[in-house]
Amino acid sequence: MSAIDTQPQTPVVVDNYLNHTKGVLSWALTLDHKRIGVMYTISVLLSFFLGGMFALLVRTELIAPGEGFLTQDQYNQAFSLHGAIMVFLVIIPSVPAALGNFIMPIMLGAKDVAFPRLNLFSYYLWVFGAIFFVVAMFTGSLDTGWTFYTPYSIDTDSAMSGVIPALTGAFILGFSSIFTGMNFIVTIHRLRPPGMTWFRMPLFLWAIYATALIQVLATPVLGITLLLLIMERAFGIGIFNPALGGDPVLYQHFFWFYSHPAVYIMILPGMGIISELIAVHSHKHICGYKFIAFSSVAIAIFGFLVWGHHMFVSGQSPLLNAIFSAITFSVSIPSAVKMFNWLATLYKGSISLNTPMLYALSFMFIFAIGGLTGLHLGTLATDVHLHDTYFVVAHFHYVMMGSALIAMIGGLHHWWPKITGKMYNENLGRLGCILVFVGFNTTFLPQFVLGSQGMPRRYHDYSNFLPEQVELYATYHMWSSIGSYIMAVGFFLTAGYLIHSLFAGRRAPANPWGGRSLEWQCASPPPYDNFAVTPSVGDCYDFSVLEWDEKEQGYRINEEARRKQAYPGEVADRSGAEKLDGD
Amino acid sequence: MADNEHNPLHAHDDHGHGVGHIVPIKLLVVVGVVLLILTWITVAATYFDLGDGNIYIALAIAVIKASLVALFFMHLRWDRPFNGFIFVGSIAFVALFIAFALTDSSQYQPDIKEYRITSDLKGGDSVDAQKKLEETAAQLQTDAPSAE
Amino acid sequence: MAHDAEHHDHPDHLAHHFDTPKQQFEAGKLGMWLFIATEILLFGGLFVGYSVWRGNHPELFEYSSHFLDTTMGGINTAVLIASSLTMAAAVTVAQRNDPVKQDKRPILILLLVLTLCGAAGFMVIKYFEWTHKFAEGWYPGVKYYEKPSDKSHTWDSHAGVIGVEMTTIDTVDGAPTRGDLGLPDTVTVELPAAAPVAVAPDHFLADKLAAVYGNDDAAHAGDPHGADVTTHDAKHDEHEQTHPLQDPHRPRDAHIFFNIYYMMTGLHGIHVIIGGIVITWLLIKSFRGQFHRDYFTPVDLGGLYWHVVDLIWIFLFPLFYLIH
Ligand code: HEM
Ligand SMILES: [Cu+2]
Repeated sequence: MSAIDTQPQTPVVVDNYLNHTKGVLSWALTLDHKRIGVMYTISVLLSFFLGGMFALLVRTELIAPGEGFLTQDQYNQAFSLHGAIMVFLVIIPSVPAALGNFIMPIMLGAKDVAFPRLNLFSYYLWVFGAIFFVVAMFTGSLDTGWTFYTPYSIDTDSAMSGVIPALTGAFILGFSSIFTGMNFIVTIHRLRPPGMTWFRMPLFLWAIYATALIQVLATPVLGITLLLLIMERAFGIGIFNPALGGDPVLYQHFFWFYSHPAVYIMILPGMGIISELIAVHSHKHICGYKFIAFSSVAIAIFGFLVWGHHMFVSGQSPLLNAIFSAITFSVSIPSAVKMFNWLATLYKGSISLNTPMLYALSFMFIFAIGGLTGLHLGTLATDVHLHDTYFVVAHFHYVMMGSALIAMIGGLHHWWPKITGKMYNENLGRLGCILVFVGFNTTFLPQFVLGSQGMPRRYHDYSNFLPEQVELYATYHMWSSIGSYIMAVGFFLTAGYLIHSLFAGRRAPANPWGGRSLEWQCASPPPYDNFAVTPSVGDCYDFSVLEWDEKEQGYRINEEARRKQAYPGEVADRSGAEKLDGD
Repeated sequence: MADNEHNPLHAHDDHGHGVGHIVPIKLLVVVGVVLLILTWITVAATYFDLGDGNIYIALAIAVIKASLVALFFMHLRWDRPFNGFIFVGSIAFVALFIAFALTDSSQYQPDIKEYRITSDLKGGDSVDAQKKLEETAAQLQTDAPSAE
Repeated sequence: MAHDAEHHDHPDHLAHHFDTPKQQFEAGKLGMWLFIATEILLFGGLFVGYSVWRGNHPELFEYSSHFLDTTMGGINTAVLIASSLTMAAAVTVAQRNDPVKQDKRPILILLLVLTLCGAAGFMVIKYFEWTHKFAEGWYPGVKYYEKPSDKSHTWDSHAGVIGVEMTTIDTVDGAPTRGDLGLPDTVTVELPAAAPVAVAPDHFLADKLAAVYGNDDAAHAGDPHGADVTTHDAKHDEHEQTHPLQDPHRPRDAHIFFNIYYMMTGLHGIHVIIGGIVITWLLIKSFRGQFHRDYFTPVDLGGLYWHVVDLIWIFLFPLFYLIH
């Protein structure tokens, strides 16, 4: 492609989104989706650091039985803030708002998202929401857990006074997420360039699209839930407060009507990333494109039908328990469809075991465990035993941290050359990934055992159980804590070499991995308007047309081969503008 | 897409007139009048006692009114079907939410009622009530079906 | 078409990342419809709360809705419909406005002003309704909540039935706990509820009630049809005289009706105010002559938003004011 050919051979500074304009204000007021994406990425990673610190506090408290260095209240704050920060500030925006913002329009072949101003507004809403969380930390803190269950959260004697600021923060973050979702749906519907039909879209875009649907349809319910809760706590409207005749089970319906779909907001984009990583780094056409695409949408929709599986022992009626349990099983099918297709893609692929691919493989290993243990929890009889034990903690960390977050980190490595224009140290990358993988499993695998042996979650001290239990718990907790330190080392190492690469990294070619989707056809880092030359939309998983360019140390498209592989009309339709009138 | 500027096909046909359907004012007025009449009917209907029927009539009329507003005032009748799909879809999700929450809460109401009885008793201050309370408490303990 | 030729391919109002005005217009429309979907789900939560209480405690609604003024509600409905009509007409006028051949700016401005009057009128009426309710003593929040000591059969907590999840519940001041009564903590409770345990059959409850209260009245406490023999009118007269909290016919938890009412009409009112702001902004732009046949998207989208406010009121009106 000419975009590559015109790349300067000597490192002359070319115009790109990073140097297009200068100054702090040119960033703070930017409407460029790439800069907004970068700002999100930095903010999300900083929050991840903060939330991770709280996690280390929690783990260190639990390393041995007995009253540790945290009081009960401090422990409650530590895990509440850890959970709330990780969910609302980190995982939910991490892929769609941070990476998605950067990659999505480029992958689509658009110049920007549909509503750039709204995009910037979403970012500032995020900042605002984050500020409210900080306010919550300093105005009496939060000890309700990230779920804000009533009556804990409305009981002004026992729940801390940071609850209202935290609720306000989550409310604002919800709107940030809604606006991002709206923006992305419209972008994908309306800004696809000629030639980019629905089924030529990379699977990451399908995943982002399905995620955006959930963001738009579920998050408003979180908004109204938190609003009602704020009113409940501030004025006592009695709807959720049992002491005033209200119904706390109804609160849980409200909360999980959002929060179960929200776990798919977290995992779906991660799955999208994995589809890209697996295909690109095994240099093989993705297997079952349409199955993966539709399973994303199916997950988005079925995800709305299972929220009651969080309420099996909360007083939900036996009838609904049975219904929700049954539907929970069916929702696991589309996830399995994805797993099988990824496996089939790997089969006989020519796999490059580089950092992004290692993250993708970690994801598959961890997600298999996380997803399957979800089935134990969706089974009524076993959930009665496992609910509110460490088994649940292990389960959701396997899916949220081990899957969603690992996918995000994998995606960050995959697109790092594109975003920053620099290559990181591949060996350190691999080492970091292995440390995180080993640390992760050391942390959370023991927690499955802990939970099934009866260790409840949210306890700061476990020395009051039977002596043989205490002994057992102590061993597993110790391993779990050690694992978290290993993981911390892995993350610090990762942060270190990524930051180092910004200053000393090798200049990245346009297409270092051999990707075929459009973002690899523009320069690294991309120019201000994304494409110097309109890219050609082809089959984004057909890697046979790529060839290695020794001089660039990257791949380039062989025009000859591309023309042969082209869809009918592909070559011609650049200016013919057969406008896409389908939705 | 970047080079559409040079595309002759695009020069003229997309400007202004092709964009959006223009609904004649007369039609809008007719719809407005129908809406007012329906409002009057729904108020009038409350003067007849139809038992449960009242709420269904009121809701049916509300649905008709809402559809008129959506179809004509909001141009859905001429709009892309997908916009209508979003609209109807969002209502379907609300319906789903209502259906599950209502089914569940009506299922566990008996538990709440039972609990209320016992807790009401605690509030009673006459000696009589106190005695009855103790009796009931004892009885509840023996015959409440409990899971232990 | 002569007019169009004046624009170049990228007229001012066409953002750089769109190819054609049509694409931009349709993107805006789709965005607005998605936003409308979020609004519907936002209100949807409140409708869920409404349905759950109305479904399980219709007596609250039958009793309390008589304190709402149907005439005021009816007038407000008409006001909103009328303003929706003027808004829809404003869109049509903007679409036809051709500054060169047929300048419709004055009509556009007039229609928007009328719409804005509708918004203001609605809020004024709402203001009187709310303040009237306050004057009668129907406050939102705990203010309109009967304390346990006010009545013999009052406060309670759902807490007990929550079982394991909620063992740390705090009780309201002074109320005795189950422990005080010698009741085990989980009398009414099912333990982890997977198995079909411990839902007391209805007749069991009714028997208990009758045993305790010695009459049918209590047994029908939650029953929509049984309990109340007074006619509505008689009831209504009584309410005129007594403070709501002293009314002997007042069902327990009547405050919940009013809190739902305040939440729903309050959130709706906020939307009316936002709608008013949007319309004002459209008015300013219309004064400047910024809307015409080639560019009317903001009027169209603002209009859509305004109609949603109307749509929601169309449901709130019968659900609160027209309960028989
Ligand atoms: C950095 C490594 C991490 C470690 C060592 C860690 C550890 C923990 C621990 C020990 C708990 C407390 C459980 C209890 O008190 O019973 C917890 C809870 C939780 N974690 Fe993590 N976690 C990590 C990363 C994450 C990430 C990335 C997320 C993102 C979603 C996350 C989400 C949560 C949530 C939602 C809870 C529940 C909070 C609550 O119940 O209030 N964690 N984690
Ligand atoms: Cu779930």
